[in-house]
Amino acid sequence: MTPTQRRWIFLAGAAGLIAFYLWGLSGLPGFGHYPGPYGFIINRIAVGQTNATGVVSTVNFDYRGFDTVGEEFILFAAAAGVATVLRRLRHEREQSATDEAAGRDVPATSGAVRMVALLFTGPVVVMGWWLASHAQTNPSGGFQGGVVLATAFVLIYLSGEFLVFKKFSPVDLTDVVEAVGAGGFAAIGVSAVAMGLPYLTDFLPLGTVPGAVSSSGTIALISFFVGLEVAAAFILIIGELLEQTLLIRQGAS
Amino acid sequence: MQYFPFIVVVWILGVGLYGVVTSRHLIHQIICLIVVQSSTYVLLLGVGYVTGAVAPYFYDVPLHTPAVDPIVQALALTDVVVEAAVTALLLAFAIQAHKKFGTLDPAELASLKG
Repeated sequence: MTPTQRRWIFLAGAAGLIAFYLWGLSGLPGFGHYPGPYGFIINRIAVGQTNATGVVSTVNFDYRGFDTVGEEFILFAAAAGVATVLRRLRHEREQSATDEAAGRDVPATSGAVRMVALLFTGPVVVMGWWLASHAQTNPSGGFQGGVVLATAFVLIYLSGEFLVFKKFSPVDLTDVVEAVGAGGFAAIGVSAVAMGLPYLTDFLPLGTVPGAVSSSGTIALISFFVGLEVAAAFILIIGELLEQTLLIRQGAS
Repeated sequence: MQYFPFIVVVWILGVGLYGVVTSRHLIHQIICLIVVQSSTYVLLLGVGYVTGAVAPYFYDVPLHTPAVDPIVQALALTDVVVEAAVTALLLAFAIQAHKKFGTLDPAELASLKG
């Protein structure tokens, strides 16, 4: 198929899509007129039921916690998939740029980049940790916090070099952290079953003050485990991609 | 203007799809796919919006303040996670395709025999 033909087929399809979309739109309530009732019901009862003031986290880690287990394992599977696809193949070898051309210097990272990266590493860790541990109060949670925590390791890579990144996040340790994060979520659900409650029931004390860090029972704990899992999964994925670009070369060693 | 955000949705979707169809580079194609997926965020958040309502967080606003739908916001989070997973895998495949065939042009890749 030539590119021109493909473009025409696309335009015909897009015209059909837009026609059906506009037709469907005419039957929807307009923007800003959400008809409910589920969202309104949850907004009304969630704080009373869980003592968590962040209702989005309550939905994610409690009301549809079972879905979130699956969501977390999607990321887990993706990290495993990337590691499998990007493993060192038989005809490849690992060699850093310095080994590759011993005579030439690798251009050093500029002082400004190193400075900014170092300055931000600490605050980014604090922010990631804060986000992962405040799912029950504010717009935050394990997924957001985990990604921010992983960013701290990318900053370490930017301020030093790939081997420093590797030293700060050894693959074995990151694997263990990821497994603990993913397993911890599932284990909280199973503990509820062991107590004779439905899977993922919030069985911990809910605290007395709505929105306090210690409130909301399992929601805060699950968010913490999700934070571990997400941070480790992203560090693994980024590490694999960097290793592929920086270390793995064609040809046997 | 009542349907404006939903028109934005189909615009982002169309632009992204056009990019996927006409792309001459796998990395560019993956980014176009991210654009396609971004339209779903706008759709989800648009569906749950209530005029004049606050975000569904009752930390510093009194309980029973009208708030937007928290369920679609939670779904948007799932959406982001799935996108990150899909993007990571696709980029990994693009790297391997480049290593094996020495090109990232989808047209050239299609004419190669594995």
